[in-house]
Amino acid sequence: MSEQDVGPEGGGTARPAQSQPAEGAGEPDPASATAAEVLSPRGSGVGTQLLNAVLEGSSAVVTILAILLAIVIGGLLIAFTSPTVLHAWSHLFSSPGNAFAKAWDVAASAYSAMFEGAIVNPHTITAAFHGGSTAAIFNPLSETAVNATPLILAGLAVALAFRAGLFNIGATGQFIGGAMIAGWIGYAVHLPMIIHVVVAVIGGFVGGAIVGAFVGDLKARTGAHEVIVTIMLNYVMEFLILFLLGLTVFRAAGSPNPISPTVLNNATLPHLAGVNLRINAGFLLALAAAAAVAWLLSRTTLGFELRTVGANQNAARAAGMSPERTWVKVMTICGGLAGLAGASVILGTDFALTPQIYGTYGIDAITVALLGRAKPGGVVLAALLYGSLNAGSVTMQAQTQIPVDIATVIQALIVLFVAAPPFVREVFHLRARRAGSDGQLLAKGWSA
Amino acid sequence: MECVTFPREAALQLELRGITKRFGSLVANDSIDLTVEPGEIHALLGENGAGKSTLMNVLYGLLQPDSGQILLDGKPVTFHSSREALNAGIGMVHQHFMLVPVFTVAENVMLGVERTTVLGLLNRRQARKDVLELSARYGLAVDPDALVDDLPVGIQQRVEIVKALHRDASVVILDEPTAVLTPGETNELFRIMRELKASGKSIIFISHKLKEVQEIADRITVIRRGRVVGSPPPSATDEELASLMVGRAVELKVHKDPARPGEVTLGIKGLHVVNQVGRFVVNDVSLEVRSGEIVGIAGVQGNGQTELCEAIMGLQHVAAGSITVEGKDLTGAKTRTVLESGVSYIPEDRQEDGIVEQFSLADNLVLDLYNRPPYASGVALHVEAIRESAAKHMEEYDIRATSIDMTVGTLSGGNQQKVIVARELGREVRLLVANQPTRGLDVGSIEFVHNQIVSARDHGTAVLICSTELDEIYALADRIVVMYEGKIAGERPPSVSIEELGLLMAGAGAAGTVHEAQPA
Repeated sequence: MSEQDVGPEGGGTARPAQSQPAEGAGEPDPASATAAEVLSPRGSGVGTQLLNAVLEGSSAVVTILAILLAIVIGGLLIAFTSPTVLHAWSHLFSSPGNAFAKAWDVAASAYSAMFEGAIVNPHTITAAFHGGSTAAIFNPLSETAVNATPLILAGLAVALAFRAGLFNIGATGQFIGGAMIAGWIGYAVHLPMIIHVVVAVIGGFVGGAIVGAFVGDLKARTGAHEVIVTIMLNYVMEFLILFLLGLTVFRAAGSPNPISPTVLNNATLPHLAGVNLRINAGFLLALAAAAAVAWLLSRTTLGFELRTVGANQNAARAAGMSPERTWVKVMTICGGLAGLAGASVILGTDFALTPQIYGTYGIDAITVALLGRAKPGGVVLAALLYGSLNAGSVTMQAQTQIPVDIATVIQALIVLFVAAPPFVREVFHLRARRAGSDGQLLAKGWSA
Repeated sequence: MECVTFPREAALQLELRGITKRFGSLVANDSIDLTVEPGEIHALLGENGAGKSTLMNVLYGLLQPDSGQILLDGKPVTFHSSREALNAGIGMVHQHFMLVPVFTVAENVMLGVERTTVLGLLNRRQARKDVLELSARYGLAVDPDALVDDLPVGIQQRVEIVKALHRDASVVILDEPTAVLTPGETNELFRIMRELKASGKSIIFISHKLKEVQEIADRITVIRRGRVVGSPPPSATDEELASLMVGRAVELKVHKDPARPGEVTLGIKGLHVVNQVGRFVVNDVSLEVRSGEIVGIAGVQGNGQTELCEAIMGLQHVAAGSITVEGKDLTGAKTRTVLESGVSYIPEDRQEDGIVEQFSLADNLVLDLYNRPPYASGVALHVEAIRESAAKHMEEYDIRATSIDMTVGTLSGGNQQKVIVARELGREVRLLVANQPTRGLDVGSIEFVHNQIVSARDHGTAVLICSTELDEIYALADRIVVMYEGKIAGERPPSVSIEELGLLMAGAGAAGTVHEAQPA
């Protein structure tokens, strides 16, 4: 035991066993041990520790550096999977300059194509002065926003659950629930303008909320772990939509494929900047949802309850809160948020239900929530980053033939590095986490 | 047997010279000198946060001093890790044990110094033998094959001591070892400490409990605010030690006027609580607490006091019986209903049940009030009102923190408890249920909490207080009720002798108390 990492306060926390076997002969770094103690005050479970690591484990600096690092490694991957570069490197010794230049060229052109696809393409500006379309200038940004919209909403669904100590792996299923109801209202119900889209969006929220509430209720009643339930419900929902699209009620008339009818015009989310740009009211909806979640967390009694339940269930009970009821409420809201993501896709960009409508949004939402450190603002930023990578990668493939999958690799690398702050710190020679950790410790040590 | 060798039969003399450790701009240890002679029990006395643990972590290689020297038998040494300290013969038993609960005692002891047989397998037999031998040698009575999880806390602590001895420690640091022990276990520990001392080991005993230090220590060093402020002899009085520790005269006795009991506030009749395995942990308890009086429930830990308190608070299922507060039936009521009926609760385990360590001071001060006006209306939280009242409470209850936004987990135990006391007493209280309200606190904080409780009583609050510390019961209670195995073993006035109380707590007096049965 004696080699154990014990914070300078002599192990102010009861974590007798967790780190022991792994640490056997390790020589602990007291500073980081202390920070770990400060951050995860009581290791009441792997879940709590993970949650704490997610919420507070990596500073903004580490996140930014992780992104940089992922982009650099992504660049190397791009360069060294390119035949031209590999060919140049096979002649490394005869013309080393050429080898490096080629590698740089390939990576740089890939990233500049990505930039052009996600932010702005300088050619469109020049073109605009010569009579081209001004909309084209903003097309990349519009694409980024469109890609980010469902990620913001689904990311919030995961992040809010995190704050209540729940791991919502079920954004996919909740997304499908929302997309199904929003889509059905969109094509099967006839309502006047504005009212139709509002009802369809509300339907999306309700569809996801039902799925979410089911999870919360199961956990509250039976103690079923939400991770298992949500993962299994994802399958249920994936097959449910496949099954329903096989029925004539849901399938578009006369279509041989499992595709629903197209959403009526009245039910589509209005474009924000003309019909040539895909950006639509869904993006505003997502930003409003983020603001609402932020308000919920910091300014409402429910937010106070869910944060308390997430941080210390026992204290929540002793304070008269009911963790069970909080779980149901939180999962209902989370499901609704993921349902809104489904609505934003079906009413904003896809317009018809397909068996694959859920894409990878539900899973990406988890990484977006992690990257955004489970804070609404962070989720928006993380989703915009992911959205820009997604949007840019399409242009990149078109211009440079580098597969879009490289964007996925970069996204995965970012999350990997964000999840491993000590590694990032090591790479960048940063000092131990939180300059303030010593100060905090001291405050603990000094106030009698 | 080449494995357990005791090459340092000749014990070590340990000297710390001018140890200074700074964290940022604050000095946690300010040129501390300390000498521990071989075969001596040296008590390090100080309030929570005085710098005792920092000093020990420096000695144990977990922290590097900014200046100063550690000398072993006159030779300067530096430890960069706990492993180096261990190799030099310094062992430490932490307040919170570092054991693997699913391992046996022998497996825990060999962890980190695993030996293998010629076949490369773990040599469990040798580890067993080592444990048995050490256990016999120092009278530890530890079964090497028992699972740590199954052992009571007192025995787990001995496993930690065996680990230190197995690694051949000549100086054993015990960090607040009695904080987790019952009085009986404490006596056992002291016996073991004397055995160790007799065999030439030195012990550094960290504590803030005056009586224990007086009983066991050969020498005492008092630390306050990072400095050595004195080395009183063990014969020093409570008051002398306390005032050295706190830096001012401390009232160890609580001044209180005789109680003026009013109407019955809490009425408990025939209360039964069943635990998970179907045993009655609270068995037919009937009890009354009147406004303006403090009823103290004495008893060894684990005799149903916690369950009783939790049942009142709606945190335990009531199997039978009734609970009323000011005539209102609260049997089986939700915790929130109980709280809203004017009941305040200081839970036994403050970090587990009383506070949320990640939350700010302000949030913790409204943890069970956040849904009531003026802190909330409807679904909206009134952050300004919460902050205003937090600032007021921080001032009024002398919570030492830099701001109301400070995370409570970074406060000392005493200040955390003040947060709870401020929250629970800083409102209209009809009944206070306090379970071990001063556990783990230093004398200064205890004095404060006790005075707050007495002043609440004087304002007409009914107080039910559970404590395993008899000092606390004597200091506060107007009536003493003893619980033993879930039943009320007897009720006595505060003038009862400690011997009689001890007998009741051990279950001896149960038969003689029938006549005290409650006036149903």
